Amino acid sequence: MSLLTWKSWLGGAAMLLASSAGLSAEPALVYSVGGKFDGSFNEAAYRGAERFAAETGESYRDFEIARDAESLQALRNFARRGADPVVAIGFNQASAVSGAAADFPDANFAIVDMVVDAPNVRSVVFREHEGAYIAGLLAAMASKTGTIGFVGGMDIPIIRRFLCGYREGAASVSGDVRVIFNMAGDTPAAFADPARGAELARSQIARGADVIIQAAGGTGIGVLQAVADAGKLGIGTDSNQNGLHPGHMLTSIRKRIDTAVYANFMDARAGAWTPGVQELGLKEGGMDWVLDADNRALVTSAMEAAARAAEAGIAQGRLSVHDTMRDGECPL
Amino acid sequence: MSERLAIELEGIDKRFGAVHANKDIHLKVAKGSIHGIVGENGAGKSTLMSILYGFYHADGGEIRVDGKTVTIASSQAAIALGIGMVHQHFMLVENFTVLENVILGAEGGARLGAGIGRARAELKRLAADYDLKVDPDAVTGDLPVGLQQRVEILKALFRGADVLILDEPTGVLTPPEADHLFRILRVLRDEGKTVLLITHKLREIMAVTDEVSVMRRGEIVATRETSKTSMGELAELMVGRRVLLEVEKTPAQPGAPLLTVEGLNVRDGRGVEVVKDVSFQVRAGEIVGIAGVSGNGQSELLEAIAGIRPARSGIVTIDGTRVDLAAARRDPAEIRSYGLAHVPEDRHRMGLVTRFHEYENAILGYHRDPAYGRGAFLDLDAIRDTARAEIEKYDIRPPDCFLKTANFSGGNQQKIVLAREIERDPAVLLVGQPTRGVDIGAIEFIHKRLVALRDAGKAVLLVSVELDEVRALADRVLVMFDGRVVGERAPETAESELGLLMAGAVQEAAE
Amino acid sequence: MMAGQMPRWADYILMPAINVAAAFFVSGLVVLAIGENPFDAVRILVWGAFGWNEGIGFTLFYATNFIFTGLAVAVAFHASLFNIGGEGQAYVGGLGVALACLALDRFVPWWVTMPLAVAGAAAFGAAWAYIPAVLQAKRGSHVVITTIMFNFIAASLMVYLLVNVMAKEGSMQPETRTFEDGGRLPLLDTILPGVDFGSAPANLSFVIALLACLFTWVLIWRTRLGYEIRTFGANQTAAVYAGISPVRITIVTMLISGGLAGMMAVNEIMGSQHRLLIEFVSGYGFVGIAVALMGRSHPLGIVFAAILFGMLYQGGAELAFEMPAITRDMIVVIQALVILFAGALEHMFRPTLIKLFGILSAPASRAA
Repeated sequence: MSLLTWKSWLGGAAMLLASSAGLSAEPALVYSVGGKFDGSFNEAAYRGAERFAAETGESYRDFEIARDAESLQALRNFARRGADPVVAIGFNQASAVSGAAADFPDANFAIVDMVVDAPNVRSVVFREHEGAYIAGLLAAMASKTGTIGFVGGMDIPIIRRFLCGYREGAASVSGDVRVIFNMAGDTPAAFADPARGAELARSQIARGADVIIQAAGGTGIGVLQAVADAGKLGIGTDSNQNGLHPGHMLTSIRKRIDTAVYANFMDARAGAWTPGVQELGLKEGGMDWVLDADNRALVTSAMEAAARAAEAGIAQGRLSVHDTMRDGECPL
Repeated sequence: MSERLAIELEGIDKRFGAVHANKDIHLKVAKGSIHGIVGENGAGKSTLMSILYGFYHADGGEIRVDGKTVTIASSQAAIALGIGMVHQHFMLVENFTVLENVILGAEGGARLGAGIGRARAELKRLAADYDLKVDPDAVTGDLPVGLQQRVEILKALFRGADVLILDEPTGVLTPPEADHLFRILRVLRDEGKTVLLITHKLREIMAVTDEVSVMRRGEIVATRETSKTSMGELAELMVGRRVLLEVEKTPAQPGAPLLTVEGLNVRDGRGVEVVKDVSFQVRAGEIVGIAGVSGNGQSELLEAIAGIRPARSGIVTIDGTRVDLAAARRDPAEIRSYGLAHVPEDRHRMGLVTRFHEYENAILGYHRDPAYGRGAFLDLDAIRDTARAEIEKYDIRPPDCFLKTANFSGGNQQKIVLAREIERDPAVLLVGQPTRGVDIGAIEFIHKRLVALRDAGKAVLLVSVELDEVRALADRVLVMFDGRVVGERAPETAESELGLLMAGAVQEAAE
Repeated sequence: MMAGQMPRWADYILMPAINVAAAFFVSGLVVLAIGENPFDAVRILVWGAFGWNEGIGFTLFYATNFIFTGLAVAVAFHASLFNIGGEGQAYVGGLGVALACLALDRFVPWWVTMPLAVAGAAAFGAAWAYIPAVLQAKRGSHVVITTIMFNFIAASLMVYLLVNVMAKEGSMQPETRTFEDGGRLPLLDTILPGVDFGSAPANLSFVIALLACLFTWVLIWRTRLGYEIRTFGANQTAAVYAGISPVRITIVTMLISGGLAGMMAVNEIMGSQHRLLIEFVSGYGFVGIAVALMGRSHPLGIVFAAILFGMLYQGGAELAFEMPAITRDMIVVIQALVILFAGALEHMFRPTLIKLFGILSAPASRAA
C-alpha cells in the first residue's frame, strides 16, 4: 500500500469517528473493570441508566473498560463529544475522573463510590455500613443457633467497613451472637468465583451459621445457592436478590447506585445538575433493606419493628454506626 | 525345512531419517522353539521387534505369521495374530491388582464383573499349565520385579499369545529370578509356544535358546543352532570383524603415568553398581584401549573420570593433580582445568549443541577461557578465528563456521569435537566411540590424530565397542565385563580370546 | 541453503506476519458474524492505535509493559525454563518501585529516584523468582507450577500490604499515597521535542525498556553467561559436560527473568499511576508469554510483538468505544486469536511455507 492510500485509508477511519461524534448532550456511563453485567454495582448503574432511557425515551452511551488505564481515555472521549454528564462507576476511576475533569473544565463528571474534589465533579458515596448494620440486626434475630456468617470478596477496606457494620448490628441484638467471616481471595477473581463462595458458605454452615450475608459480588451467588440448598437463610447485597431463592432469603441490603445514576442523568436533563459531594445512607434512601413477597414470611413483626427502629435511630442521628474509614479499626 | 514356521520375515527394511535401523532382514522362527536375537545396543533388535509388534511400520518387506502374509498396523493387530510382547520396561499399572492388570484392555465387555470372573479362572489355568504362580489379588507395585515380569507374561498369554517376544527380560532380574524365568520359557516352549528372546547377554543365549540370530548394524549377520556355536563366535559376530584401514604407528614409548584411576565405583541412577572397583593407569605416550560389549560400564567409567557422573568412591590423578571423585562438588570444568580433555561417546547428546553455529561449539567447555573474551563478554572474533583454524587443520567440511552444527555430517561433527578437545593441548584425552557413525575417510583421519597425540607424549584412554578399532589403536587393551576390568591383553591377542573375555566367559583378576 | 529451511527474514518477519494476518482474518469473520463491517473495524483499530498522537502514546505505553514481560519470558526460554510468574514478579516489583518513590519523592528530583526505583523493581522481581528457581534447581519442582503458585502468593502479599501496612489513611482504595514529582517519571512527550501524546501516559520507561532489550541481546549473544544459558537451554547434557552447573544457571536465569518482569512496574507505578495499587499488573505478565513466543525470544522481535499487542490494547479500546456492538469481550477474542495463531498454531503455516521456499529456491540454486 502506498503512503497516500494508507493515509486516505486511515483518514476514512477518522471521518468515521467524526461522523459518530455528533455533539449530542446525551449522558454517558463508564463502568468499572468488573463489567456491565456483574450482577452487582455495575449492573445497578446500568439499571439506573435504563430507567432513565425508558422514562424519557432518550438515549445514553456507556462503555466497559478492560483495565484501569482505559478509564481516562473513555472519560475524555465522552467529554470531547459533549456527553453530559459523564458518570464513572467505582473508586478505581477516581484519578481518571480528576484528570479528565481538569482537561475538560466545561464538562460535567460524576463518580460513584469515591470523592473527587473538583468544581465540575459530583461525587456520590454511600454509607454501606448503615445497611450492613440492619442486616446484622436481622440476621442475629433470625438465627436459631446464635451463629451468623459473612462471606466477603477481598479483604479490602470497603468490605471491612461492611463487615464491621454487620457485626455491630448483630451485637446490638445480643452480645452472645457469634459472627464467622471469611474472604474469598486476594485477586479480583474473589468477586467472581461462585464455587468458592459456596464452599465458604458450606464451611460456615458446618460451623453452626444459619444466616449468612454475602458481600462478594458474583461469588455471593454461590454463597446464596449453598445457603438455600442447606435450608438456611441468606442475605443479598447491592441489588434485590430476594427473588433468587424465595423462602431462603432473609432480606437484601440495597445500595442504590441505580438511583444515583438515574438522578445524575435526570438532573442534567432538567438543567439542575450540581457538583459536590453526596453522601447517601439510610436516611437519604441511598441504602435500604428489602421487604417483599419473597421474604415477608421470614421477617417477624418483632424483627421488622427492631429494624425500623434502628433505621429511624440512624436516620435521626441517635444511633451511629462505626465507620472504619473514618473512625479507625472496628471496635468489635 | 520341513518344520512349521511361526514367524517368517522377508526383506524387512526400516529407516529413521538417515539411520538405517533394519536392512533387508530375513528371519525364520520355528514353531515351538526359543529363538534368541543378540546384538549390541543400537544393532536394531528393538526396532525389528517393534515392527513385528506393530509399533513401527516397515518401509519394505513381508511378514508371515503361521505361513500367512500379514500386515501388522498396530499392537492390537499383533495381539489378534497371537503375538505377545513383554517389554523391557513393564507396562503395568502399579496400583492395580495383578488381575486388573491382566485384563486391562481386554476386559471383555462393558460389565466388568463377568470378565473378572472368567479372567480369574483363566489365570488359574495358566498358572497351573505354565508354572506361573502369582497371587491375582496382590497389588502389582508391591511385587518384586521378577513377579511383575510374570504378570507381563500372563498378560500376553491371557490375550492368546502363541508367540512371545521378550525384550531384554533379565536386565532387571537377580540370577535366581532369571533362572526361574528360563524354566518358564522352557515350559512354554514344551507346551508349543514360540519364544523370541532379545538380549545382549551371551550366557543367556547359550543357556536357553534353540537357535540364535546375531544382529549388527541393522543386519542379521548370522543365524546358528545354539548347540553348534560358542560364546566366542557369537561375541565376534556381534562386535564385527570390519576391514579396517591399518593404522600406521610406531611402538609406544610410554613415560610416566599421566592418568591414574584408583578404586573407582559408580552407581547408575537406579542404584545399580555399574563400575566396580576399577583401577588402572595410562602413561604418557600410550593409548590404552577399553574393549567390551557395550553396556558393561565403559560409558559410566568415562563419565565418572570426566567428572560428569558422580562416583561412589575413587581417586583419579591427572597430570599430577589428585582428585577425589567422590567429593561432593565434582565439576567437569575443574577436571578439565587439570589437563583432561574428553571426546564423549555420544556427540549429539553430550559433545555438541547441534542447534549452535559451528564456532559456538568450538568453545563448548572452554567458553570461560580468557582467550575467548574479556571479563563477562565473549570475543566472537577470537572464537571464530579459532574455529576457522580448526576447520582448516581438521579439514572440516563445509568450511563454514557459521553453519548450524546439525547440518554437518557425522564425521565432520566428530572432527569438530575432536579438534576442540585436542587443540587445547591436554595431558590426558578420554575418547569414547571416536568413529561411531563416521565415514571411512574420517575414520582414518581421526585415528591418525589420536596416534599423533600419543606420539606427542600425551595419554589417551580409548573406549570403543569396535574391537578392531581398539586393537588397531591401543598399545594395551583392558577388557571390561559387568563393570569390572576382567583382563589386560596386548592388542595382538587373538580376537577369539578377547571375545571370550568380553562375553564374561573368563573372569580373572585385573592386574 | 539446506533443504527444509527458510531464509531468516521469512522466519522472523514473514511467518509472524502471516500468523497475524490469519488471526485478523478469523477475527474479521467474527466481526462480520455480529453484523459489523470488518474493514471499518480494522480501520478504527489501526487508526485508534497509530492514527493520532494520543493513540500512539497509549500504544507505546502498553508496549512498554509487554516489552518487559516479554523479555522476562524470553530470557527464561533461552534456558528452556518456562517462567509464567511474570505476573507475580511484576506485582512484587511494584513494591520495590513504590518503596523507592515513597522514601525519596519529597526530597529529590525524579532522576535521583529513578535508578533506585528501577533497581528496586528488578531486585524485588528477581527475589520473587528466586524461590521457584531454587526449588527447580535443587528439588526439581517444576517452575511452571511454582511460578504460577507464586502469582497467587504475590496477590495475597500485596493485598495484605496495601490494606494493612501501606494504605493511606482513610482511603477506600487499597493503595499508597500518590507520589510527589520526585516519584514521577517524565512523560515521553515532555522529553521529545515536538511530540505531543495528549493525555497518554507513555513515559521514560519506554526508553528503559529499549535499553533492557539491548541489555538482553548483549547478555544472551555476547556474554559467557548468555552462552551458558543458551547451551543449558539447548542441551542440558552437553551443558553438564561443558562444566555448566544446572543449579547455577537455573537460578541466575530466573533471577534475570524475574528482574525484567519486575521492571514492568516502573512503567505502571512510577510512570503512570504514581502510587502503588492492587492489581496493577492485570494480565501483562501472561501476555508477555505470547509476546516472547511471537518475537521468537529475540529482543527485536519482542519490540515488534509488544507494539502489536500495544496496538491491540489501545486500538481495541477505541474499537469498543466506536462500535458499541463490539464489546470489550470481543476485543479479548481478537487478542486471543492473535495469541492462538502466533503462539499455539505457530507451526500451522510453516511446513507449507518451507515447501514453497524449497520450490522457489530450487531453480535459483541450480542456476547458481
